[in-house]
Amino acid sequence: MMEFMEGSHAVAHAVKYCRPQVIAAYPITPQTHIVEALADMVANCHLDAEYITVESEFSALSACLGASAAGSRVYSATTSQGLALMFEVCFNCAGMRIPVVMSIVNRALGAPLSIWNDQQDSISLRDSGWLQFYAEDNQEATDLHYLAYKVAEDRNILLPAFVCFDGFILSHTYEPVDMLNQDQVDSFLPPYSPVQRLDSEDPMSFGLFASPDYYTEFRYQIDKALKDATKKISLAGKEFGEMFGRDYSEMVEAYRMDDADCALVAMGSICGTVKDAIDEMRKDGKKVGLLKLRTFRPFPEKEVRKALLGVSRVAVLDKNISLGAKGAVALEVKDALYGSMIPVFDYIIALGGRDVRKKDIRSVVDLAEKGKGDLFYGLRQEVLE
Amino acid sequence: MTAAELIAVAAFAGGVFAQAFPAFGVERRGAPVQAFVRFDNQKVRLRSQVYEPDYIIVQDSSLIRDVNVFQGLKQGGIVIVNTEKAISYPIPPGVKVITIDATSIALKHLGLPITNTTLMGAFAAASREIGLQALEGAIRQRFSGELADKNVAAAREAYEHVKGVS
Repeated sequence: MMEFMEGSHAVAHAVKYCRPQVIAAYPITPQTHIVEALADMVANCHLDAEYITVESEFSALSACLGASAAGSRVYSATTSQGLALMFEVCFNCAGMRIPVVMSIVNRALGAPLSIWNDQQDSISLRDSGWLQFYAEDNQEATDLHYLAYKVAEDRNILLPAFVCFDGFILSHTYEPVDMLNQDQVDSFLPPYSPVQRLDSEDPMSFGLFASPDYYTEFRYQIDKALKDATKKISLAGKEFGEMFGRDYSEMVEAYRMDDADCALVAMGSICGTVKDAIDEMRKDGKKVGLLKLRTFRPFPEKEVRKALLGVSRVAVLDKNISLGAKGAVALEVKDALYGSMIPVFDYIIALGGRDVRKKDIRSVVDLAEKGKGDLFYGLRQEVLE
Repeated sequence: MTAAELIAVAAFAGGVFAQAFPAFGVERRGAPVQAFVRFDNQKVRLRSQVYEPDYIIVQDSSLIRDVNVFQGLKQGGIVIVNTEKAISYPIPPGVKVITIDATSIALKHLGLPITNTTLMGAFAAASREIGLQALEGAIRQRFSGELADKNVAAAREAYEHVKGVS
């Protein structure tokens, strides 16, 4: 049913329908509305879950790790500095094959302190072994939670998942969302059935010491599971589409790419603005398209290569920077296109909440046409002097 | 933000796509804040702030001294200002300004100088973008019981007032 809701509340309801048994989270702007709503639901007996209040994000994810190891479906949400504090536990979740699902309400990392949006936080956990989904709008922000649990808990995957959506830009925006109901979600997402769990009747250990004879094989298996998730995401996304009409079988979405000369590549809420800008540019005769990435880990290398072969140039919009190198998305896109000779230009944009307008997207396309790229877009020279 | 949210809820109830969001700042009561609303017959995909509005609602007229609230307003645009006084500052050409003493109306009905629902009523009458029924529905969705009744009464008075002068 179409409902007009704030993004955070839509996500909180989606999480409720996933029937998490244990929730542990520490409030931090702009994630707060989600965990407040879930705490309310638990306190008012609308959600049968254990809500563990903790003193830090490190403890929040540690509590989730323990509860998941004991066989529960778990949930957390965080952002920015909170995610940074979880760094160690993030790697442990992936290494112990713990299918936590966590919302990342994307926000810039300090210093300097910024409460505003970019995607540096989740991108900085790129190598941690978590699945990473990115939502364009609040519809995707809700739907991707159902998908994330389904894939994360798959017996052949068993990896944790981030569902990333842009802080404030989506989390604090009211817009229509087609909310599934409990029965619909139940029919898509069965209860979590762990392969192994902590059980005093049948004791076992998770995350033990690995000598050099074993460590590499553990890492290989995590990497293999994450790559295998490509297929699972596609299957689960197809099933979701058949059941509810929104197909997520592709990890990328091509917008007006058929005859595109210049392809923009982006993730998250900026894609909506890009689509509107493309419609305007198309009216002016410019052949521009968008390749939206809905999944960043596993990276949909084949889909990206297939979609971009044939364009004359690629302009990547990166709301992050791997300092000392390039934006993380551009690095992956270049890798996917290796050997093709298609120029890939990187634009670091929308950091720390700087607003992006349609005219900015047009400027990026103009820069790419002039062969100017690999730069911070819209730098204010007067601030630098 | 509450006013923006309520306007968007009412517009959505009226059958159009809507989007409402705050200009994200350090949110604390009493600080100058901005919020934006878009509505369209198609899904609203654009995420940038609104730079060229059709309508502007000024909740606190004392801000006009510090902020150019008319910036970007389209030709033929409407500005609704909450003030008990006549407008004494220059109004750009091609702009219609409607003043309403929303604070007094809010005080009368709610006992508090919270003008969201009052200005929403004024906006509905001035813009004709949302109907009185959708407006009432949005208020009753957000508030309940006596508080909803009081807010509806405030919105109605503002609606009738603006309808009378515009």
